[in-house]
Amino acid sequence: MSVLLIAEHNNKEVRPFTYNAITAASQINEDLHVLVLGHKADDVAKSLSEVPNVKKVIHVDNEIYENYIAENYTAAIIKHAESYSHIVSSANTFGKNLMPRIAALLDTSQVSDIIKVISEDTFLRPIYAGNAFATVKSNDKKKCVTIRPTSFDPADKSGGSAEITKSDPAEASSSTKFLKKEEVKSDRPELGTARIVISGGRGMQNGENFKLISDIADKLNAAIGASRAAVDAGYITNDHQVGQTGKVVVPDLYIAVGISGAIQHLAGMKESKVIVAINKDGEAPIFSVADYGLEADLFEALPQFLSELNKLNTIQK
Amino acid sequence: MKILVAVKRVIDYNVQIRVKEDGSGVVTDNVKMSTNPPDDNAIEEAVKIKEAGKAKEIVAITIGEEKAQETVRKALAVGADRGIHVKVDNVIEPLAVSKILKKIVEKENPDLVFMGKQAIDDDCNQTGQMLAALLNWPQATFASKIEVKDNALEVTREIDEGLETIEVNVPAIVTCDLRLNEPRYASLPNIMKAKKKPIEQLNASDLGVDINPRIEQIKVEEPPKRKAGIKVASVEELVQKLKNEAKVI
Repeated sequence: MSVLLIAEHNNKEVRPFTYNAITAASQINEDLHVLVLGHKADDVAKSLSEVPNVKKVIHVDNEIYENYIAENYTAAIIKHAESYSHIVSSANTFGKNLMPRIAALLDTSQVSDIIKVISEDTFLRPIYAGNAFATVKSNDKKKCVTIRPTSFDPADKSGGSAEITKSDPAEASSSTKFLKKEEVKSDRPELGTARIVISGGRGMQNGENFKLISDIADKLNAAIGASRAAVDAGYITNDHQVGQTGKVVVPDLYIAVGISGAIQHLAGMKESKVIVAINKDGEAPIFSVADYGLEADLFEALPQFLSELNKLNTIQK
Repeated sequence: MKILVAVKRVIDYNVQIRVKEDGSGVVTDNVKMSTNPPDDNAIEEAVKIKEAGKAKEIVAITIGEEKAQETVRKALAVGADRGIHVKVDNVIEPLAVSKILKKIVEKENPDLVFMGKQAIDDDCNQTGQMLAALLNWPQATFASKIEVKDNALEVTREIDEGLETIEVNVPAIVTCDLRLNEPRYASLPNIMKAKKKPIEQLNASDLGVDINPRIEQIKVEEPPKRKAGIKVASVEELVQKLKNEAKVI
């Protein structure tokens, strides 16, 4: 019984959700090994070997793993799968793309997006956009599981010294080619892990008005989110979308501005510790999950909000 | 080119679902059902490719109980040429769905298989990738833009960091994101015409695949409810509450 976790990284650094997945994976079984597939990703392998929960790091270095080509990743993972009872990864676009391909080849019915480890074979997972929780038991011999990162705390990053072993690459696929990645660079905290998130919806009316949101985000050191409506309308890029088909966030403070609160949006933010809703429609469903609701025109409320924040002597970062 | 599009019948996205008291699942009796939303995008994209003269035939397939045929009928009304309905009596897992789809692909020989990136009922997000694995075909998931080239597709994918563009050789599987296109509504004449288009019916049991569940659903429960909040009268009050009561800023 050992668990193999597939690390997500950019060849230089470990992507943060990998640490949350490590926490969940080590709850399944303490004998946790991490597989790093990458190109010149020695720093990544080293960082992961220092995580106390990690017992072993397997590092495969080859240029075919520079980008996430699921076909190439899968071939390498299958080579190692034999020795493990569980293959796990985060349930973000990385793991969602990858894990079912592995599971099908192992003839395993995957358990997606777990929010709690009940035992080695039993897990809790949300269904219907989080409007129901299902307890499921996997009867497959080998289990493939993806982990909702925001439901688990990140693992400690230092103090460990796991062995790093090198392994050979598998064959590369000739039918998939990476062309380019358009990454949105930002100095703000990452949406998935930010302590405060402020999101705008259709009520923002256009992309320029998101400046009202970004001014407050700057003041609070917050990440910026959006509803699907705002992304569809082109006010902001897709990497900001919070909801059932976007990102799930669990910040200490979530501020929803001009967002009506469709169930698909609530699915991505209703576990936040404190929720604020600012909306001029007092009947908007977002108020049903808000700890503090302000029925107001956002174009008046947001500038006031910023000036009230400016009056405070200290703001937690 | 020939495109196979898989569609699923799910509880309508606008319905506030209710959990059954005995914990065995959610209430589906007398609940409005529709096509899984991103599956509509999958059909729309196939129709657009055909309209651009780059595909000859679109086959829509669903797997499910008798009424699941409605989703195929809807696909026929927006432009699919014919349909396939594989009957199953119980809910089956994505692995079983992909095994059935593999059988159909082997029979139909499509160049492309499109489907939504995830079903909004079980939120699994697995079937497309699993089918790609079983067929040993390339996969392009979460597609928000598809460009058809000679024997290949250039696909822009929505990922957490932004956008990624890959090229996959045909045959390939594409799972569609909601932003891929704007699904059209069927016109009345097209709905009437669709009634005459053929839907082939098959039984899953005749396809010789193992569709038995591997995952036991032990119970389904309601998520914990949030405590009711309050309305504040002003921005000033809101900031004071966040600072002194919630202590989050």
